Amino acid sequence: MERLNASARRDQFGSKLNRDHSPVLAFGIPWLTIILASMVPLLPVIAPAPILPPLGYIALLAWRMARPGLLPLWAGVPLGLVDDLYSGQPFGCAIFLFSATMIAIELIEMRFPWRGFWQDWAVASAFIVAYIGLTALFSGAPLSANQLPLLLPQLGLSILLFPMIARLVTALDNLRLKRVRRFG
Amino acid sequence: MAPPTAQRTGSNKRAQLGRFAGFAFATLGALLGALLLVISLWRPETFNGLRSMATDAASPVGQAGATGRTGSRSFFEAIAGYYDAGSRNAELERELEIARVQASEMAALEQENARLRAVLGLVESEGESRPVATGRLIGSSSTSTRRFGYLSAGTRDGVRVGMPVTSPMGLVGRVLEVGRSTSRVLLLTDSESIVPVRRATDDVVAFAEGRADGSLRIRLINLGINPLEEGDIFVTSGAGGLYRPGVAVAMVTQITDDGAIGQLLSNPAATDFVVVEPIFEQDLLEMARTPTLAEQRAEDEE
Repeated sequence: MERLNASARRDQFGSKLNRDHSPVLAFGIPWLTIILASMVPLLPVIAPAPILPPLGYIALLAWRMARPGLLPLWAGVPLGLVDDLYSGQPFGCAIFLFSATMIAIELIEMRFPWRGFWQDWAVASAFIVAYIGLTALFSGAPLSANQLPLLLPQLGLSILLFPMIARLVTALDNLRLKRVRRFG
Repeated sequence: MAPPTAQRTGSNKRAQLGRFAGFAFATLGALLGALLLVISLWRPETFNGLRSMATDAASPVGQAGATGRTGSRSFFEAIAGYYDAGSRNAELERELEIARVQASEMAALEQENARLRAVLGLVESEGESRPVATGRLIGSSSTSTRRFGYLSAGTRDGVRVGMPVTSPMGLVGRVLEVGRSTSRVLLLTDSESIVPVRRATDDVVAFAEGRADGSLRIRLINLGINPLEEGDIFVTSGAGGLYRPGVAVAMVTQITDDGAIGQLLSNPAATDFVVVEPIFEQDLLEMARTPTLAEQRAEDEE
């Protein structure tokens, strides 16, 4: 009897025999991870200064760049709402910035459709710099000159963290497409 | 079920419409966000209920984390303690001797204080500094430039807006909004926080403003020759009626032209439990809020 090619039955997402992707996982994981990343302020880190990167926003960027079209264009509204509830920023700040980011990335991708590690990182860094600057501007407290150096550690950390989070997102992307649903 | 990779819609009418709707919804969302932002910058308390509800819902996670934080810290401290146990012991015994003497001096001072108060006819009102509630700080706005803390006590425990939050080391902040089981605390280091303070040793009065980086800016009220020195301790003065006088706030670390930069004494990150205290002079605060007779008359005429 002729043996079937091994790849006909299995691939990196699991067995192909009577298994299929789960829509809950496939569409739920990006939303869930971004929401969890937005809830980082509830971690028991009582920071004397802004040091933690805006993880919710970075996760949104990473998912958007790894899988264009997976998050709908309007995803910034619900995700920003959750981020606003926990971030301590004035309400509406993240709704506005998340939505504006989704639109801006869409427009940038129409103009520069090709991809690459350095280009993705550069685009993400530009977005992170703008986001941190604008959140400081919209924070509701008067912005003084001595606050600007305060943002630098957070900025540096966020930019350096982006490739790692992007890596994490690709790992989660594999999990997302695992064939777990049985049929037949 | 890989998502569509091609962003081009081609001549497919349905895809074109979907793409247009996506852009339209996203733009509407951005406009909605901008509107909400303007409202909450204008009236910061508008969305407090929504936020405290969300924090209430997620507080069990924070609780567990806060317990873990104190647990792990004491674990490492216990290990570190074995290294210099002998010399520490001798040092502590010496300090204890001094502390005993100072404690008896304090008792004497307290007695004298009570006697003088009796002479002046001042009565210490009942339950003045009795704590309203105790709780843990379960989180902070660690990604934002504002400095808020989340406290694991809310209206259920009797916490109300405006109450001061202290730790054994000193003042931490004041309650900004309350949910059922959690509340949001404006930490002293937030740039919107201003506390009236005085030097512990004499009556040099000043304002302690947050600088959002863990330190406080101490601005003297009486300008002139700057009398401050490094190491001076500032305590709350009780002016304004919100904070009870005599709670430690900051230690001067650097002298500036109009005051000093002070280091916060009760670092919120190092505190285990915090105490919510009642507002020091509730009547005084309400009096300050009620319009004067002249203002009232002007309003009536309008």
